[in-house]
Amino acid sequence: MSELAIEREIDRSKMSISDEVAIQITGMNKWYGQFHVLRDINLTVNRGERIVIAGPSGSGKSTMIRCLNALEEHQEGQIIVDGTELTSDLKNIDKIRSEVGMCFQHFNLFPHLTILENCTLAPIWVRKTPKKEAEELAMHFLEKVKIPDQAHKYPGMLSGGQQQRVAIARSLCMKPRIMLFDEPTSALDPEMIKEVLDTMIELAEEGMTMLCVTHEMGFARQVANRVIFMADGQIVEQNEPEEFFNNPKSERTQQFLSQILGH
Amino acid sequence: MSTLTDPPKTAFRLSMLINDTRYRSLTFQALAFLALALSFVYLGNNLVENLRTAGLNINFGFLGDTAGYDISQRLVEYGNQDSHSRAALVGLLNTVLVAFLACITATVFGVIAGVLRLSNNWLVSKLMAFYVEIFRNIPVLIWIIIIFTVMTAVMPAPRAYRGDNATASMLLDAVAFTNRGVYIPMPFFENGLMPGQTLNWLVVLVVAVGSWFAARKINVWATAKQEESGVRPKTLPMVLGVWLVPFVIMMLIMGLAWEYPALKGFNFQGGIKIGGPLIALWFALSIYTGAFIAENVRAGIQAVSKGQTEAAAALGLRPGKVMNLVVLPQALRIIIPPLISQYLNITKNSSLAIAVGYADITATLGGITLNQTGRAIECVLLLMAFYLTASLLISAVMNVYNASVKLKER
Amino acid sequence: MTDQSTNSVAFVADGNIPQSPPPARETGAIKWVRANLFSSWMNGILTVAALLIIYKLLSDALPWIWNGVWTTSSLSECREVLQGKTGACFSVLSERWNQLLFGFKYPTDQYWRPTLAFVLLFVAAAPVLFFDLPRKLLAFTALYPFLAFWLIWGGTILAPIVALLGVAAAAYVFQTYGKASFAIGFFGAIAAAFAVWIIGGKLIPDGASDNALLQAVPSRDLGGFMLNMMLGVTCVSLSVPLGIALALGRQSNMPLIKWICVIFIEFVRGVPLITLLFVASVMLSYFFPPDSTVDLFLRVVIMITMFSAAYIAEVIRGGLAALPKGQYEAADSLGLDYAQAMRLIILPQALKISIPGIVNVAVGLFKDTTLVSVISMFDLVGMIRGPILASTEWSGVYWELLGAAAVLFFIVCYGISQYSQWLERRLATDHR
Repeated sequence: MSELAIEREIDRSKMSISDEVAIQITGMNKWYGQFHVLRDINLTVNRGERIVIAGPSGSGKSTMIRCLNALEEHQEGQIIVDGTELTSDLKNIDKIRSEVGMCFQHFNLFPHLTILENCTLAPIWVRKTPKKEAEELAMHFLEKVKIPDQAHKYPGMLSGGQQQRVAIARSLCMKPRIMLFDEPTSALDPEMIKEVLDTMIELAEEGMTMLCVTHEMGFARQVANRVIFMADGQIVEQNEPEEFFNNPKSERTQQFLSQILGH
Repeated sequence: MSTLTDPPKTAFRLSMLINDTRYRSLTFQALAFLALALSFVYLGNNLVENLRTAGLNINFGFLGDTAGYDISQRLVEYGNQDSHSRAALVGLLNTVLVAFLACITATVFGVIAGVLRLSNNWLVSKLMAFYVEIFRNIPVLIWIIIIFTVMTAVMPAPRAYRGDNATASMLLDAVAFTNRGVYIPMPFFENGLMPGQTLNWLVVLVVAVGSWFAARKINVWATAKQEESGVRPKTLPMVLGVWLVPFVIMMLIMGLAWEYPALKGFNFQGGIKIGGPLIALWFALSIYTGAFIAENVRAGIQAVSKGQTEAAAALGLRPGKVMNLVVLPQALRIIIPPLISQYLNITKNSSLAIAVGYADITATLGGITLNQTGRAIECVLLLMAFYLTASLLISAVMNVYNASVKLKER
Repeated sequence: MTDQSTNSVAFVADGNIPQSPPPARETGAIKWVRANLFSSWMNGILTVAALLIIYKLLSDALPWIWNGVWTTSSLSECREVLQGKTGACFSVLSERWNQLLFGFKYPTDQYWRPTLAFVLLFVAAAPVLFFDLPRKLLAFTALYPFLAFWLIWGGTILAPIVALLGVAAAAYVFQTYGKASFAIGFFGAIAAAFAVWIIGGKLIPDGASDNALLQAVPSRDLGGFMLNMMLGVTCVSLSVPLGIALALGRQSNMPLIKWICVIFIEFVRGVPLITLLFVASVMLSYFFPPDSTVDLFLRVVIMITMFSAAYIAEVIRGGLAALPKGQYEAADSLGLDYAQAMRLIILPQALKISIPGIVNVAVGLFKDTTLVSVISMFDLVGMIRGPILASTEWSGVYWELLGAAAVLFFIVCYGISQYSQWLERRLATDHR
């Protein structure tokens, strides 16, 4: 767990938070068998917010954001994403999934498709975009994550950091309004972490609504507008990063922060 | 002080044959070659000696002699006055026939069972596990015999179909299941375009190939359309049309008719007879190998990590598309190599035909011909040569496939 | 910061929300049934279809087994007892059980011998199969082949003793000279064994078997499930060392040796076992010295061993390939020679990885031993198809006999494959 210094100046001109609600979670509970993994989660995310979710492993962070695009189903409570309520209705799930992008810890690129095909797959089959348009779009985003020259290679030929950037570009090709990051840098070497974080910062600078589960506290401090601390399946504390890091209120937060930053 | 000169030339010593890396491997290979040659000489010597005592020689001339036995299940014309080589050909084609049929049905069984075993329906997946375990752990020979005995013991004899109060009746008046085999109607053409039924079937084949190309064209067109406009046109009706319309027209023009099997005397005449041994062997090989294929299919699908499905779902792809575009292309790379080696096993196991009297190449060349002529060495050698060729062909196909789908990694 | 939104209120949880049980509709039998059997329309249909199939199977099989008759002495008597009801005629099993197990020629009063050999097999196999058992038990494993041979075939005890002495001499020579040079030790051991065997063979008097403690039983009198077990156990244990040698040969960088092994392996894997059995039954005797008689059992063992050795070699080759290259390099850099590197570093690891694969080959081979019935040996299947179904009392009792054969094979094969899975799980944790 490192606090990577982010050297560049962050351009905050477009980072505005509107009053429009992007995600609203009320009273969400989830069980794995008898185990109560998520306990009474209440959270409202406005458009343009950049939220970092931290917490010890097994605290339910990943489970929570995976509930937001129905990769996991919740058993109680209400989740409204972009004005659509997440129920077992397939139409709603489809709608939400095409609006919400997600990046995984292990990238999950499709190894049998080239980088370009990875990026155009969903636009072509879900958005019904003509192939040429989809490819232009993909190249645009690949340029943005700075790997346009790898477009015709296969994922296995790229480094971890490059793969994760492709995964971000792949999500962006669906033009999502919300991005979920599930520990995007945990599987990476330090120098690769930086390139992925840079990409994420650029995304934040453009005003994307982001929910990140991450241990990168430097990113949390400088990019997030809110940090949420979870433990034992519940939200223990949330605050602006400044306050969160300098003046944590709850004992568990203090303990966690001293472990993660205290050396 | 001595100045540096050329390194001293070591004289060749005998121990260098063992200790010097330059000679060591040569020594070993020479020894191995010597041992191999000596054992060949020894075995060859014994063979010559034994053959002389028995008054035999190695000679393939017997293949031209009259076979003198009948084969009921055959794909080409054959009578008992034909030669042994003709009998072997009949057997060879029968091997190919049963192996081909069994490969298709085993794949169907295996894919269904493998997919259902992964189903989230507890009962169905347990039932499929039961099927797989039962069939994998009992010898295929026992299955072949069980199915053959059941067929002959449970199915009615042809005479059960006779008389006013027959105890058995034909399915739809067209198919008769008897203990000698299954009789199905045979299609033929009343006013074919060509002289001879075989040629007419060739015409049908040509039309089918044409339809196949047309269907592919439609697919290509649909892909192009999708690339252009983004929406893939519905191809199913067109593909169906392209397959069915020419076929139906063809059949109408040529006057498709069916020759039904009918009871004449003590047996059925007409139609196509699929002999009991063929059915038993075909079914047993399919269901036995199907259990192995099911395991391969299951392993292949499971090997595609959950992350792949999740990533595809997170992009908004529907489950069917996730399967088609992401899971299957990856799973097939894992499934197909063991699948092909299962095909190899089917081909080899089809030699168990001899246990139920199906006239495959082992039963003709390695069975009756061998026993009649006493040409053990020649027959077994020919038999091995045939299976070896078949295996090498199938492995060659597998290698080509493996090379073509290898995942590109650094 | 100007961009902070209004709703980023600081929040601290009041306390711990306790773990609470899931809502009732999410637990219990109903939830289980809904999730596992009727989660969708399609699933519901599948469940009903599966239930129908199970009902059909059970409703046919259960009454048949339940009404089974065990005590009559022929099929016609069975039919009388059953009087038209569905029911099995298991009497054939109770009457012919010994024949199914031992064949129809093995002396009846000697059945205890193969039975004892079978029981001891478990003792001998245990230390090989379960690594936790004391290693000293392996001594019995080494002794077992000779003991089993003597028990099953009987005759003079001198024969297995000479065989054992030969092996002991080989082991001694290898221990003494093998340290200096593997090759000298290895070939010396082979020479010593043969020397003992030849001299010992001459020393055994001709009539030694006539009045032996255990009555001699010729190979052709062996049969039944015993024959399957014997072929399976013998051929698998012989083919493991041969398979290792072939696998190492195939990896060798000496072209001649490599190609000999490749051709052998690919040839054997390319032909069906049945053709190899034909070789054993009609062709192999031409290759032995003219006046020797090698009995069919031995010829079959030779061919099946070659067959399974080729498959085991491929499994072991996979194990060798799976070892990281660093292991070879580390062994070389320690100054070990080829034999030492293989024996101490490479093979122990490669074999461990290969065990599940070898067990699979063993199961396949054990099932394939039924093929010997095709070359008229009376193994379990041969007994059923031959003497028993041909007898006047029992002709027509297919289901019961074939079912019993299927059950016997299933028990053994399923047992072995469960063992293999257990081992695989265990090895998987060992290696982390």
